[in-house]
Amino acid sequence: MGSISKSYFRPDNLNSALEFLTPEVKVLSGGTDFFPERVGTDFAGKILDICSIPELKEIVETEKYWKIGATVTWSDIIQKILPSYFDGLKLAAREIGGVQIQNQGTIAGNICNASPAADAPPVLMTLDAMIEVSSSSETKNIPISDFILGNRKTCLDPAHLVTAILVPKLKNRTASHFFKLGARRYLVISIAMVSTVIEIDQGKIASARLSIGACSPVAKRISDLEKRLQGSSIENSWEEQVLPDDLAELSPIDDIRADAVYRKEAALIMLKRTIKETRMKFFS
Amino acid sequence: MTETHIQKISTEVTINFTLNGTRSQYRGSPFKRLSAVIRDDFRLTGLKIGCDAGDCGACTILLDGKQICSCLTSISSADGKTITTVEGLRLEQTTRKLQQSFAKHGAAQCGICMPGFLIAGASVLKKHEKPTKQQILDELGGVLCRCGAYQKIIEAILDANNPSLETKEPEIGKAVGFRYPKTDGMTKLTGEEKFGADSIPADALWLRIIRSPHDSAHFELGDFGPFLKKYPGIQKIMTAADMPFNRFGVYPHIKDQPVMAENFVQFKGEAIAALIGEKETLLQVPLEDFPVSFQVNVPVLGIEAAKSETATVLHRDHADNVLARGKVHKKNIEKGFQESAFICEEFFQTGFVEHSYIEPEAGWAKIVGERIEIMVSTQTPVMDKMELAGVLLCDSEKIRVIPTACGGGFGGKLDMSVQPFIARAAQLTGRAVALVYDRPESLASSTKRHASKIWAKFGCDHNGKLKASQLFAEFDTGAYASWGPTVADRVPVHASGPYYVPHVKNDSVAYYTNRHPAGAFRGFGVPQSTIAHESLMDWLAEKAGLDRLEIRYINALREGDATATGQVLENSAGLPQCLDALRPRWKEFLDEVVCFNRVNTQIKRGAGIGCMWYGVGNTSMSNPSTIRIGISEAGTITLYNGAVDIGQGSNTVLTQIAADALGIAVSQIHLVMGDTDLTADAGKTSASRQTFISGKACELAGKSLREKLFAALGLSVTDAGNPLHRIERENNLIGVRCNNRFYGLDTSVLEPDSNGDVLIGEGYFDPPTSPLNSEGQGNPYAAYGFAAQIAMVEVDMELACVKVLKIAAAHDAGKAINPMLVEGQIMGGISQGLGLALMEEYVSGQTENLHNYLIPTIGDVPEIECMIIESASPLGPSGAKGVGEPGLIPTAAAILGAINHAAGIRLKQVPVLPHRLYHELRKKKGGS
Ligand SMILES: Cc1cc2nc3c(=O)[nH]c(=O)nc-3n(C[C@H](O)[C@H](O)[C@H](O)COP(=O)(O)OP(=O)(O)OC[C@H]3O[C@@H](n4cnc5c(N)ncnc54)[C@H](O)[C@@H]3O)c2cc1C
Ligand code: FES
Ligand code: FES
Repeated sequence: MGSISKSYFRPDNLNSALEFLTPEVKVLSGGTDFFPERVGTDFAGKILDICSIPELKEIVETEKYWKIGATVTWSDIIQKILPSYFDGLKLAAREIGGVQIQNQGTIAGNICNASPAADAPPVLMTLDAMIEVSSSSETKNIPISDFILGNRKTCLDPAHLVTAILVPKLKNRTASHFFKLGARRYLVISIAMVSTVIEIDQGKIASARLSIGACSPVAKRISDLEKRLQGSSIENSWEEQVLPDDLAELSPIDDIRADAVYRKEAALIMLKRTIKETRMKFFS
Repeated sequence: MTETHIQKISTEVTINFTLNGTRSQYRGSPFKRLSAVIRDDFRLTGLKIGCDAGDCGACTILLDGKQICSCLTSISSADGKTITTVEGLRLEQTTRKLQQSFAKHGAAQCGICMPGFLIAGASVLKKHEKPTKQQILDELGGVLCRCGAYQKIIEAILDANNPSLETKEPEIGKAVGFRYPKTDGMTKLTGEEKFGADSIPADALWLRIIRSPHDSAHFELGDFGPFLKKYPGIQKIMTAADMPFNRFGVYPHIKDQPVMAENFVQFKGEAIAALIGEKETLLQVPLEDFPVSFQVNVPVLGIEAAKSETATVLHRDHADNVLARGKVHKKNIEKGFQESAFICEEFFQTGFVEHSYIEPEAGWAKIVGERIEIMVSTQTPVMDKMELAGVLLCDSEKIRVIPTACGGGFGGKLDMSVQPFIARAAQLTGRAVALVYDRPESLASSTKRHASKIWAKFGCDHNGKLKASQLFAEFDTGAYASWGPTVADRVPVHASGPYYVPHVKNDSVAYYTNRHPAGAFRGFGVPQSTIAHESLMDWLAEKAGLDRLEIRYINALREGDATATGQVLENSAGLPQCLDALRPRWKEFLDEVVCFNRVNTQIKRGAGIGCMWYGVGNTSMSNPSTIRIGISEAGTITLYNGAVDIGQGSNTVLTQIAADALGIAVSQIHLVMGDTDLTADAGKTSASRQTFISGKACELAGKSLREKLFAALGLSVTDAGNPLHRIERENNLIGVRCNNRFYGLDTSVLEPDSNGDVLIGEGYFDPPTSPLNSEGQGNPYAAYGFAAQIAMVEVDMELACVKVLKIAAAHDAGKAINPMLVEGQIMGGISQGLGLALMEEYVSGQTENLHNYLIPTIGDVPEIECMIIESASPLGPSGAKGVGEPGLIPTAAAILGAINHAAGIRLKQVPVLPHRLYHELRKKKGGS
């Protein structure tokens, strides 16, 4: 079948990978989004498989960041001992698909795929994560909120690879939570999800980062509420400060999983519950 | 240790890995799914392909000890690694024991999902020596079982450390009633079992079908020349013009479905052409390139559209788009309502539901001399044979159907799917030809449970005694007839519920629309109408001030009562016993709800109940089975069983029945299943009929063979009737031990038949029924199953999410030939009923994979307590009736009742998706 040209490259070092990358090359990581899109067909084109590159497999602690390599899987996150602000990410990881998908799928792949219902984006937003992007000529860090542009759209330039996710370290006491709403127990894509990371300093909220996923093309931070919560005492209820208007910027859609009205109103309830749970964590 | 040759940008690579303990090497394309490599290149077909998309877990393997989906991994990822598939589990003591425990607990039904569960189970035992239930759920959550006895899988893993996992054989003559592990169970747990896609020869040609992307359209095929030139791997394109008679259908007089559409398509997913070629090359053909142009029409979608005056007519001889009507009218409905003190009426709505067997349609065909042999996953080999003879315009004796193991059917493999394609392609090419549907294709083209709109009205007197019941059900039957008439017939018979009602008026209509054909699915429409009558029973109980169980108890059909069709039930009406058995549990549920709800506001609990009855076998139609048992020259006893085991366990149950009828150990019986050359017609595996009908035929065959053996030995037939005279083997002779003396059979003096058997016992049973008259009065079935189920749910009153906490189910099985298998059927039915209630709705074009079409996972199905009631039918073998469908029928009704109890909302539409319940809760809040 001469009309279909195929090639496949699975390098064992990053430099070879970056050299191979040209705009028409498709990157393959855990494959959990790649293969389901190709049921009943063969694969045409050039593929760069990044799973044998040792430096992309690691989670390393640097002075400023936790650096999560591009091929770190959901299971790797669950198993790694990490500070409490990663609790939300761990909870999200445990609820991805089933264990098979957790063992194969990567966090980086999840954001590159940029599905509005993907679980990593809202969590990474509350972690203020930076996406490390590399090509053969440069390496740059892009804030997660600039990285995902829309439904299945990122700012990733052609011939660039996401090489890591950088999570800035937090010094204060933190608690973090994640709430996924789905129509069954396992193997389910979120109807909506809420992620929180809250820092406490001297008994008061030093910073609150809250986000909601699956209710807009890109997950959204709830900034007005975050500002209002700042300075709130740990002794008082926080969820009472949540107002329906806080979700004004969300633009959920109707689909087979749920309708828009439900998504939005459920998100509000979930946000209150998640904030409450996050606060409870400071007492446990 | 990545080897450098993968460093090269290559189109062919060498990859080394260890496969089940053996060092193995692969050479070929670097980028093939690992699942395909293991199955096709290494011919290990234990792992299954249910979706190729990560959604079912059937392809799960261990890669360096971690469970992964082999369908989401390229072969290159295996370089230097260790792979364990189900075939490798026998290598380790713990996993061998796990397999034994699965067998002992009856975890496998059809078994197609078992390789995935065993690998996931091995993974959990690797992580935790004694796992908790939660750890098991979390580790197994990525594997789906549609047969649905998840509880038995969990029990098997919890018990995997048990030192005594061997089962003892029952005493001779006591096989019936014994919890016998499936006779074919172990092969389903080692990966040896061959399903539809597992025995395809490596040199077979393959088919790929071009399907319509439109609901309704005229089309014109273009010039195939350039297409064939561009893709020279395509050896032939088959179209409607290649079919000798391009129509089929399950009814002898309704052949309305083309194998491939002629010049217009009636539903999205309908076949328009088929490509024949080598497997790998066909996969590379982009189907969008196929030369065809469509002129799209306005489709008829939904019942209302089909009824409209201006609706397009789908089939010329059905100008009103009505495929079939059914009715059952008894006495005077007006009078019944006049005599009623309380009357309730309501509209209900249900969507299409997909069978979602984990094994997509699959099979292959080959030419053997003048004949065609079809190896296919089917529920009905003889009907396949007759249908193929119709399509190919040949003598049916020219066709041999050999059913493979069936990885789930539930009614969806009663219609032909791959059969006419592979048969005709084999004829045209002279080669073996295979076709395996991918998941989207299976979902788009296969039949569904009918979508329905039901109006029902029930009335009772002051004491809660039913006086009248009226129900009108409209069904969306899709583009072709399939089993639509069966649903239209069956529903009016059952629509008054398992109750005595003096005045009845039940009607049904099935409308053609431009949807996938709706056909048979566990219950043939009765689950839908059960939602309606059970909801009204709850409401009447409320009005009459009665407990919901008690109103059912006082109205339950009892022996001596006349049904809606005027049939007097002389025996075997076990609903009162089912309710008696459940009553203590029901009270516990109600108490628990009160206590819980007193202290909780955000989450509320509720309990609900559903009852059902179900006529076993075809409605008012002859549906006989013939079973043969033979003794060969070598003294081997073979059960020639034409009934296909689709996971429900007929292979085991019939062997148990045969063993007792003959007076021999179960293990002494060999089995041949379904091969149309070797077995007699035992009818379809549907309508819960195999245990009752084929079971009876099997009992008669066993008796007959025993008598023939006694006669051949010169013993009297009276002696044959004495169970103490055992059939035994001594010095390689089969014979009878009678009064301490062994009479051996000298087979050499007898003439063997074509199967090598010297003695044959044959049994035939056709349950006595009578046709329904113009008012729907008559005796449509010879036996009825009865059941009641109660459910407890939790409703999140803010987010409107429902969780089923527990279910107790009491089923009148007549006699449980194998209680473990009966429990499996009940649990599996409940799992599907839960799906119907809470999550399943097939929306054409939107739910065409198992990512979006949700069926219950291991975490969704609650603990189920099974209570088996045995109100024997004098007709069935040892009194047995059918249990295949009843498990599903009352579940949704019980769950809806429980939601109403918790949240105070009488739901009229399933599935109760969170957003649907949310809007109801909001309406209620707004209203009060
Ligand atoms: C059964 C099932 C259940 C699932 N459940 C969930 C769920 O609950 N929640 C959820 O959010 N997701 C879910 N997913 C989706 C999927 O598992 C995740 O999105 C996963 O994290 C993707 O990672 P991957 O490594 O498999 O990506 P891949 O499939 O390898 O790649 C995904 C996309 O990203 C690109 N890409 C990957 N890595 C890079 C990189 N480093 N640089 C540049 N581009 C890159 C690829 O080219 C591709 O387009 C599920 C998937 C399946 C099959
Ligand atoms: S076939 Fe791999 S998960 Fe279904
Ligand atoms: S036994 Fe699990 S799908 Fe049939």
